[in-house]
Amino acid sequence: MIALSALALLILLVVPIWRIDLKAPQYPEGLFMQIHADHFSGDVEKINGLNHYIGMAHIKDEMFPEFAFLPKVIMALAALGIVAAVWGKRVLLFLGLATLTLFGAWALYDMYKWGYSYGHELDPRAAIKVEGMAYQPPLIGHKQLLNFDAWSTPDVGGWILFGVMGLLAGVYFLEIRDMRRIARARRTMK
Amino acid sequence: MRLKLLPIGALLATSVGLVLLFNAMQGCRPSTAQTVVTGDAASKVYVKPGSHDEFYNMVSGGFSGQLAIYGLPSGRLFREVPVFSQDPESGYGYSEETKGMLMTTSGFIPWDDSHHPELSQTDGVPDGKWCFINGNNTPRIALVDLGTFRTTSIIEIPNSAGNHSSPFTTGNSEYVVAGTRFSVPMGDEAHRDVPISTYKENFKGTVSFIHPDPESGKMSIAFQIVTPGVNFDLSHAGKGPSEGWFFFSCYNTEQAYSLLEVNASQRDKDFIMAVNWKMAEQLVKEGKGKRAPGRHYSNWWNESTHSSESTIVEDVLQLDPKEHPGLLYFMPCPKSPHGCDVDPTGKYIVGSGKLAALVPVFSFEKMQKAIAANDLEGDYAGLPVLKYESVLHGEVKKPGLGPLHTEFDANGNAYTSFFVSSEIVKWNVERLEVLDRVPTYYSIGHLCVPGGDSKKPWGKYVIAYNKITKDRYLPTGPELTQSAQLYSIDGDKMELLLDFPTTGEPHYAQAIPAELVTPREVKFFRIDENEHPYVAKGEKETKVERDGKQVHVWMTSIRSHFAPDNIEGVRMGDEVYFHVTNLEQDWDVPHGFAIKGAANAELLIMPGETQTLKWVPDRVGVWPMYCTDFCSALHQEMQGYIRVSPAGSNVPLSGTVVSNLEN
Repeated sequence: MIALSALALLILLVVPIWRIDLKAPQYPEGLFMQIHADHFSGDVEKINGLNHYIGMAHIKDEMFPEFAFLPKVIMALAALGIVAAVWGKRVLLFLGLATLTLFGAWALYDMYKWGYSYGHELDPRAAIKVEGMAYQPPLIGHKQLLNFDAWSTPDVGGWILFGVMGLLAGVYFLEIRDMRRIARARRTMK
Repeated sequence: MRLKLLPIGALLATSVGLVLLFNAMQGCRPSTAQTVVTGDAASKVYVKPGSHDEFYNMVSGGFSGQLAIYGLPSGRLFREVPVFSQDPESGYGYSEETKGMLMTTSGFIPWDDSHHPELSQTDGVPDGKWCFINGNNTPRIALVDLGTFRTTSIIEIPNSAGNHSSPFTTGNSEYVVAGTRFSVPMGDEAHRDVPISTYKENFKGTVSFIHPDPESGKMSIAFQIVTPGVNFDLSHAGKGPSEGWFFFSCYNTEQAYSLLEVNASQRDKDFIMAVNWKMAEQLVKEGKGKRAPGRHYSNWWNESTHSSESTIVEDVLQLDPKEHPGLLYFMPCPKSPHGCDVDPTGKYIVGSGKLAALVPVFSFEKMQKAIAANDLEGDYAGLPVLKYESVLHGEVKKPGLGPLHTEFDANGNAYTSFFVSSEIVKWNVERLEVLDRVPTYYSIGHLCVPGGDSKKPWGKYVIAYNKITKDRYLPTGPELTQSAQLYSIDGDKMELLLDFPTTGEPHYAQAIPAELVTPREVKFFRIDENEHPYVAKGEKETKVERDGKQVHVWMTSIRSHFAPDNIEGVRMGDEVYFHVTNLEQDWDVPHGFAIKGAANAELLIMPGETQTLKWVPDRVGVWPMYCTDFCSALHQEMQGYIRVSPAGSNVPLSGTVVSNLEN
């Protein structure tokens, strides 16, 4: 089970992890952007074209150092999982779960940070300036940004990540329960 | 007293009598045309906002020279595709790249008279790939690509004078045809300069078979069949059992050259000419064709370079039917036949003698038997004429007055337009029995059933394209809108649903289910595939260069600015070429380009495309340029200046985008 989860993590290398959807009256078909482990995909250029009105920076893969090390981190996490599965030490399982949770939390924080700087650090020469308006995309869920409705949700990879975390937590919970049962049984046997 | 009252009584009685008589006479006077429209007609043509029509309707523009695109059943006009006429709003025929599309051996001909749209076919069914249309005046055929709704190929037809009998297609669009309306003397100069009165000896007709390349759509003339001097009117390919044959209606077999309305209406019967094109193809393969003078242009739109390419071809391959028995037969057809239509089964050919009081239907099977039995009536200029009775399936008796054209549904019925009696008549092809008739307002010319000239009519509607509009719409002075009318043919009775105005003068039209066309739609051109010699694929590639008296500007447009937008160093006597690349890569973001005093036109440039406007400044000064397509919230800011200095000025040539903040 743990080995399977670890392997599932590898899927994150090839599928999009997160997605941002945009919809406006002029874009009934919608625009979207997907975040992969090492690049963006979707209507990034169209979104950049629109963002220039409000002075948001041009989104380019090269600007994100994360794309260089994220795949390695994911592979390391998967390796840790496999080691835990093979070795069968509970402590390793806990370590895996903990790093994965930390990784997830860091990823969300990182995304928030980028979103914040994109939304707030605007070109002072922007054509459209709205007093007090920032364009930070929602971290998760929906937000209205001028004429656009923006949604931020996990994509396939994100769901796999959450799934693996849940699964590991479940396994860990069962392990703990078994451990306690065994301990209780031992106590009664005494 | 009584005597005095009598006259008053008489007067009263007379008055009452007159009033009664007046009222009674009202019923005897003709009433004005009142259209019978049933209560639910509106709901049958209502396409609610945001929804799409079921059919595309490609309608010829007639004297506008263009092709108009409507939706059915709503009758809404979507586009007027520029084909043979210049279009200042898009720059078609004005931009340096598009001018070549309108080149002919008579030079640059920026107009024509477009009559018959014909959709390309696969297995005898419209496939939604291309729409052909003929130029009646300066003989041409154009091909409109339905992926872009743009004219991508135009071929000139040599040895033709008026390309009316065109551009009807064979079942797999191996060929589209061009039959000359006017016969003329042809050959070298000495053979062309002859007295008009020598028509019989010197004038010849031709029907040409044009092959569109299945990939590129580039057209070339495969072969031309030389015929006696007559006028070719319309044509249609055989299908099913008659596949491999082509049928052309011809009038003026009297060979009149003056006052044709009388002189060409004398003979009791003219002809439907049957051509065995499979045999012609074989003869050509065997090298039996002869090269004859036939200088013509073939223009093609290269979508990679966003430019036209013109080729001049000096001669044409001709076949003389007299040398090849079996290639061509005449079938007598009453009184100056106009329409020449083959039913979906391919078994019957309907001729419509426009002066005849009946509609003859020919049987292909009987025609084959008559050919096998050599059942001839005689010959016409040395070519075999089959016996009318031997090839006739039957005649539709008393159908109406002035039959013109026939289209078909999938249930064995034909719909024929009658110009003089202004009506559509539905009749059964097999039984030749009139089933229904509806009036049209007024004087219908062509008509169209979706897929109605193919193997597989989709039916549902018949559309009338009328020649006279009169009182149907709000008047607009002496020149009125042109008009089409949509009728439902789902039931036994035809039912008028809608009048809709049309651009130009509609002649023929074709209709096709939208789902066969929309999957091919191009949304924008990919900038990384743009091979225009003057493309600027980004603002970094923009520049201004001088080449003698020519100044070339590599310019880009993106919401909402041009680069460069300040150009200096242009001198009087220069020709400035603005090569504008639209850098957008999204659907529905064209940019316009216009300069004050441009003597040609503006440009409308699609995303990813490069187009060139030539501008010759006529005065020293600073000239404005701007975007004409409301592209964005800052469209009105999308503008720039060109400084023009006197000849010999030493202002350095430059093109810049200047930021106020940096100053």
